[in-house]
Amino acid sequence: MKPAPFELHRPSDTALAARMTGGGDGTIKPVAGGQSLGPMLNLRLTRPAGLVDITALPGLTDLRETATHVEIGAAVTHARIEDGACPEPIAGMLRHVAGGIAYRAVRNRGTIGGSLCHADPAADWITALTALGASVVATGGTGTTREIPMTEFMLGAYRTALRPDEIATAIRIPRHSPGARWGYHKICRKVGEFADAIAAFVADPQTRVCRAVFGSTGGAPLVSPVLAAHAARTGTPADLAMVKAELGRSGLSLGAVKIHQLAVAHRRAVAEALSDG
Amino acid sequence: MSTGIGERVLRKEDRRLLNGQARFVGDIRLPRQWEAAFVRSPLAHGRIRSVTKPAGLEDRVFTAADLADVRPIRAESSLPSYNPSDQYPLARDKVRFVGECLAICIAPTRAEAEDLAERVEIEIDPLPPVVDALKAREPGSALLHEDWGNNLFLTTFFDGDIETLRKTAPVIVEREYSTARQCMNPMEGKGTLAHWDEKAGQLVVYTSTQVPHLIRTGISEFLGIDQGQVRVIAPDVGGGFGYKCVLQPEELSVSWVARRTGRPIRWTEDRREHLVAGANTRQHHYKLTAFADERGRLLGMDAEITVDVGAYSVWPFTACLEAAQAGGNLPGPYDFGIYRCRTWSVATNKPAFTPYRGVARPGVCFAMELTIDAIARAVGREPSEVRKENLVPAAKMPYTNVTKKFYDSGDYPESVAQAEKAIDLKGFRARQAAARAEGRHLGIGFSTFTEQSAHGTKVFAAWGLPLVPGYDQAMVKITPSGSVEVRSGNHSFGQGLETTLAQVASEWLTVGTDRISVVMGDTGITPYSTGAYASRGMVMSGGAVSKAAEVLAGRVRRHAAHLLQCKPEDIRLAEGKAWHGEAHVGFEDIARAWYLRPDQLPDDVETAGLEVTEGYKPDIDTGVFTYATHAAIVEVDPDTGRVAIEDYFIFEDCGRRVNPLILEGQAYGGAAQGIGTALFEEVLYDANGQPLTSTLADYILPGPAELPSFRLGHAETLSPYTRHGIKGVGEGAAIAPGGAIVNAVNDALSPFGVELNSLPATPERILGAILRATPETEAAG
Ligand SMILES: Cc1cc2nc3c(=O)[nH]c(=O)nc-3n(C[C@H](O)[C@H](O)[C@H](O)COP(=O)(O)OP(=O)(O)OC[C@H]3O[C@@H](n4cnc5c(N)ncnc54)[C@H](O)[C@@H]3O)c2cc1C
Repeated sequence: MKPAPFELHRPSDTALAARMTGGGDGTIKPVAGGQSLGPMLNLRLTRPAGLVDITALPGLTDLRETATHVEIGAAVTHARIEDGACPEPIAGMLRHVAGGIAYRAVRNRGTIGGSLCHADPAADWITALTALGASVVATGGTGTTREIPMTEFMLGAYRTALRPDEIATAIRIPRHSPGARWGYHKICRKVGEFADAIAAFVADPQTRVCRAVFGSTGGAPLVSPVLAAHAARTGTPADLAMVKAELGRSGLSLGAVKIHQLAVAHRRAVAEALSDG
Repeated sequence: MSTGIGERVLRKEDRRLLNGQARFVGDIRLPRQWEAAFVRSPLAHGRIRSVTKPAGLEDRVFTAADLADVRPIRAESSLPSYNPSDQYPLARDKVRFVGECLAICIAPTRAEAEDLAERVEIEIDPLPPVVDALKAREPGSALLHEDWGNNLFLTTFFDGDIETLRKTAPVIVEREYSTARQCMNPMEGKGTLAHWDEKAGQLVVYTSTQVPHLIRTGISEFLGIDQGQVRVIAPDVGGGFGYKCVLQPEELSVSWVARRTGRPIRWTEDRREHLVAGANTRQHHYKLTAFADERGRLLGMDAEITVDVGAYSVWPFTACLEAAQAGGNLPGPYDFGIYRCRTWSVATNKPAFTPYRGVARPGVCFAMELTIDAIARAVGREPSEVRKENLVPAAKMPYTNVTKKFYDSGDYPESVAQAEKAIDLKGFRARQAAARAEGRHLGIGFSTFTEQSAHGTKVFAAWGLPLVPGYDQAMVKITPSGSVEVRSGNHSFGQGLETTLAQVASEWLTVGTDRISVVMGDTGITPYSTGAYASRGMVMSGGAVSKAAEVLAGRVRRHAAHLLQCKPEDIRLAEGKAWHGEAHVGFEDIARAWYLRPDQLPDDVETAGLEVTEGYKPDIDTGVFTYATHAAIVEVDPDTGRVAIEDYFIFEDCGRRVNPLILEGQAYGGAAQGIGTALFEEVLYDANGQPLTSTLADYILPGPAELPSFRLGHAETLSPYTRHGIKGVGEGAAIAPGGAIVNAVNDALSPFGVELNSLPATPERILGAILRATPETEAAG
């Protein structure tokens, strides 16, 4: 389990890094924490000619706050977020999600941007950040940036809207009102394992934003306005039959056990968000 | 302070093991050493058309054609229906499982060796894969070894008058059970480093093994070298569990290449190789019919046991040990008179079956214990009551059971009673009812077993094995400075034998274990032992050390008597000194007299000196039986299928406890592995025999957060037949968790009318069963 030979670059200019990854016909890839890419290299499932280490790029490990947004550098580790270094767009949610990813050794190196760009359907950030209405800031080879909403970022399993010559540089998350509620429920085989089912729920009574999202569905997270509206309107989660019917309408091919677990995760996430605890 | 038998002495080996100072195969570096990587079969079953070396690099790649002079690994057995297999260390003609070795490539680093391995071209014509042992049993299946005419390594039949029972028994319970294929996952995988030592005229093989002396014999036999020209050294070994108690094909290939190239060659197994080519244990299928009276008293049992053995018969323990043990051990601790059992050891396109901690018993215990609970449910009684009534009562000891196993001592029902008390069965039933009223699902489960340990000569001979253990030998000596050295050909790979053997020597010699060094694992400098398996180390090697130390203590007394001018029988040993009344001489004085100042000794001094080698085997050859009851309380979340273990209690009787601290560690570790078997671990294959669980993201091992705080209780019924009354116990705790936990899960799920009968009890299986039983389930979220 050793990787095939590759060349490692460590540029300090973002546009240059983007040009490097864009220039190799897909054979040159960014690497951040290496926690997803590393195993794939070792198993020789991927064999890039070169890797561009992006963790030294300016601003990529920064944490910023504006009046309306929290901005997290793409190379910020799960561990820093878990430890509370990051401003919260909604009370405590980022810390909670970060702390539930893998175990500490992986969180020490794995990055929020790497997790999004890897786009594993069972990963935590893609679902959590979709529920928070976040977007990904991407920088291209010419130095220009664009913002991609989470709902358009992940195209499918391990596929994103990033172009080869684009690097994710930051994640922008809108700040929610102080009275906003969230629930995040992950069902997995053991502590820190990738999820069998994820449900996230965010409700902000002031802005009337309300999102219900399902993760670990085999593809991009599934957003359900119907279930979000139901919860917002009634103050209670929909019953299992209703959740299952909604999942059934999604067109995803999910087994009975999976559907049940997703439905249960949703009910628990909503109950958590709306409980008075 | 005494450091003898029974003391909670801290483990001597932990200083280096816990401080990163141990020396595993992967830590050794010899001058000019290169690394090896294997080309492995991508197909489960196929005919090899060609294996082509990359041009210009022919001298760095070796194939079956190069190893033409190597004999195939062939484990003979004298059992009548046995079909032996030929396993070439590099496959010839056919491949029979994914991961089977096809070529070995060498380079200065492992990464370069893997680059080279990628460039070897292989052409294999696929053959129909044989993945399901029950189907493979039937005529018409594709064949792994065509010359056999079937896929059966072995069939056995134990007859009993079941037909009468079928007509007369008031209660008949029929079940099918299955246990998953597993990987043992020692922290350190296999590893071998071999080189030719020109001065010694020997092939020196450092290898991660439990059985260095056996490996020496195996390498000699299959490479065709005299045993005098082979030295096997097992350095620190990071876990074995049975995985390393057989000759590995890689050990032969690496040794051969080292000899051929004159260069030290090392290979270490990586986790993927382990999870693919090491997926070799635990997979059983049972069809049981139990006959009982109205109170649930067992009258008899009819069993069909199928073991999915994989492609080859491992050396020396063969493909048959598992099924032979399963058939023999299924009746376990129970007292009943009629038993019929048929076993099939079936060849499939999977890695060759190797016995894992508990050997067969985790399967039979699971099947038997679930059956006991099923009988209890059928007669409407508390399962632990039915269990107690069926166990061999203490008054019947010693007891010869229906398969002629001789249970030497113990009180089996009392172990259940102790577990009931510790886990508060009565209080639990009240809590369970209250929890159910709130929609929470708690369950309790018990599981009792006997563990045949230190099986002796006759047992192995009866299994028809090519190598049969006899007397285990050990050497004990006093060094010139009065410290003690123990040498044993057994090996310690985490069980703490380095400490417990020192304690046995300390018991006789009264020298503290800090002054007793224990040398193991090197065939060049240790007396012969067949090694560490079958929970035999403490009984056999411990017995040998005890015998040698006793003889040595007698010599010490005689030397001391001379120095103190008294009779040997007046000498008392204590605190590492020889005493005559208040007068004493230290071991250092006695050693100095013998080694350095013989002028102080009489002319007719005993010339054997202060070094003794002795052989030992217990008074009986049939093994000594440890037994235990495990009890678990679980909570099942019927919405997610997750099982949380709330409480776990183990009551165990393994005779004299040489070191209670180490025993507790063995119980924790074994039970943790058993929980892996019960809830998590499962090798999955697709229809083509491709393994789907080739990383630890797919093959789930329990972690600390998944394990309960085990609680332990002990009895000490000494074996009348072994030195110090010791019984073997290393494997025990891994046996029962499957039974205890799934009985508890089934107890919890009884309101759903659901019963799980296969391992592991995953959320998928539990939730699937609930959803099938209650399709419109509307449980609270
Ligand atoms: C044992 C284990 C358990 C895990 N459990 C979980 C879990 O429970 N939940 C969970 O969500 N995750 C889990 N993970 C994944 C973990 O969170 C990874 O850290 C994360 O998925 C990838 O982050 P990384 O920084 O290591 O990315 P890398 O491995 O360095 O890169 C991953 C991919 O993203 C690309 N990439 C990285 N950064 C950028 C960027 N800024 N712009 C463009 N492309 C980029 C790389 O080219 C690569 O293709 C687990 C990982 C391990 C090893």
